[in-house]
Amino acid sequence: MTNNKINRVFEDKNHKVLNIYFTAGYPNLNDTGTIIKKLASAKVDIIELGIPYSDPLADGLTIQESSQKALSNGISLSMVFDQVEEIKNDHKTAIVMMGYYNQFLQYGIDKLIKRIGDSGVDGLIIPDLPMDHYQTHYNSKFEEAGIAISFLITPETSDERIKEADRLTSGFLYVVAQSSITGGVKDVSDQQKKYFERIQNMSLKSPKLIGFGIHNKETFDNACQYAEGAIIGSAFIRNLKEHGTDRVNDFVDKIVNC
Amino acid sequence: MCHTGAHKINNTIGQILLAERLGKTRIIAETGAGQHGVATATVCALRGIECIVYMGEVDIKRQAPNVARMKMLGAEVRPAKSGSRTLKDATNEAIRDWIDNPIDTHYIIGSVVGPHPYPDMVARFQAIISKEIRMQLKEQTGQEIPDHIIACVGGGSNAAGALYHFLNEDDVNFILVEAAGKGIDTDHSAATSVLGTHGVIHGSMTLLMQDEDGQIIEPYSISAGLDYPGIGPLHAHLIKTGRAEVHSATDAEALKAAFELTRTEGIIPALETAHAFAILNERKFENDDVVVINLSGRGDKDLATYISHLDRY
Repeated sequence: MTNNKINRVFEDKNHKVLNIYFTAGYPNLNDTGTIIKKLASAKVDIIELGIPYSDPLADGLTIQESSQKALSNGISLSMVFDQVEEIKNDHKTAIVMMGYYNQFLQYGIDKLIKRIGDSGVDGLIIPDLPMDHYQTHYNSKFEEAGIAISFLITPETSDERIKEADRLTSGFLYVVAQSSITGGVKDVSDQQKKYFERIQNMSLKSPKLIGFGIHNKETFDNACQYAEGAIIGSAFIRNLKEHGTDRVNDFVDKIVNC
Repeated sequence: MCHTGAHKINNTIGQILLAERLGKTRIIAETGAGQHGVATATVCALRGIECIVYMGEVDIKRQAPNVARMKMLGAEVRPAKSGSRTLKDATNEAIRDWIDNPIDTHYIIGSVVGPHPYPDMVARFQAIISKEIRMQLKEQTGQEIPDHIIACVGGGSNAAGALYHFLNEDDVNFILVEAAGKGIDTDHSAATSVLGTHGVIHGSMTLLMQDEDGQIIEPYSISAGLDYPGIGPLHAHLIKTGRAEVHSATDAEALKAAFELTRTEGIIPALETAHAFAILNERKFENDDVVVINLSGRGDKDLATYISHLDRY
């Protein structure tokens, strides 16, 4: 187990963890640092920084559009590292990067590890990185560098595979709430409740965050009954689209204080 | 030539049986030229299963006859409106649909691309092509082994099928032909083996067209079935290890070859297939070489494009 900011977030067992996702370089190229500082001062626990990709397979329209916008703004992974590093002493919030495998592969894994360390990023989420491939090629390197990696599970993931994801996870287990791409709004059904309870009863070692379809206080509180916390993405992007960086604090307040 | 106008039906028959065995009640597919879409819609009609085909908006316009065929067969054709609105984007949309519907839906991928086991499975279903080549060649020449096999490559399903039973025959030379589009040196090409580098696309580690940040570059070809930014991992391997020689044909060279084949043999080939024939104008062979060209698809769907070039050829 690594001991970085992500792991420390989960030390207080009574506190429900709020993870907010946003797309780097969106709505404007240089908003990344501003948004991180605002989320940090609003007491968000983990900031999930989406690295815009041309072909984001796991993402729904909201995040696809924000990625396209950020790419046309001229964002790149290297630039995101610069933006994060520039403000790293201005806040103490955990940062996890979410991107697709090919982006990190082209950047170069050794260079990636170095820049993660330099810029104060704590972990990675790579939804299309197969677990066995990670274990063979990257597990020991990431462990040595203290990078917290988080794997995803869905309602269709077998128990055996969930245990494998739990074993390889050094950050949090990303519990995808429903079989959908991001931003989906399927109903919270009995089936979903059973899935959450099944995961809860598996006595997994990793802390769990529930994501996909979490978009307001009600869905956040509901998810928190079954996990250490939850992740909000598309709903926050819509807020940025509508209000720019002005209402970050309001958005977070509505989720955690009511 | 197979029913539905291309080799694609070899794969869709295999996969629809698999889908039924898995208890799936809904089929999705991506299509570029529409050949795989038609083949999928055909097997779904045959087995009475719901069928949704994702197709780039641009391809829907340039392959209208196949769109009409799919609709007549009872399939729903959903336009992919993101990116370049061609094959890559249709594949993205199909994968997203599958993420949304993992329980009742089977995704019939049309080429030797995508996550394992698709490249392997599709190659095995298409392997019937090389099995037949061996049989027919024996009948016609007395030997089962040709000197050369030529096939066009986008994702590479017809090529994989044509090579499959010769993969361990070192005496057989493989010639793969990619779409150069307006030329490899222009920004409008789909010649992945030349322009591509090692990376990951749609769950395969292979060669793909990308920039230094790993963002996928939009490919271009006059043929809707060859403008894929990746290439099947089997082909990437054959090319990188030097087992296969690779060429490319431009839009103009493919058109010229299509008219030549039509006027000399009475066969109107698909624009994709015409790229394979274009190589005959470029590469020299010995007089006694036995050369097999895979005529993977017929050109009914491309008539509008051919007619618009009729005055030039």
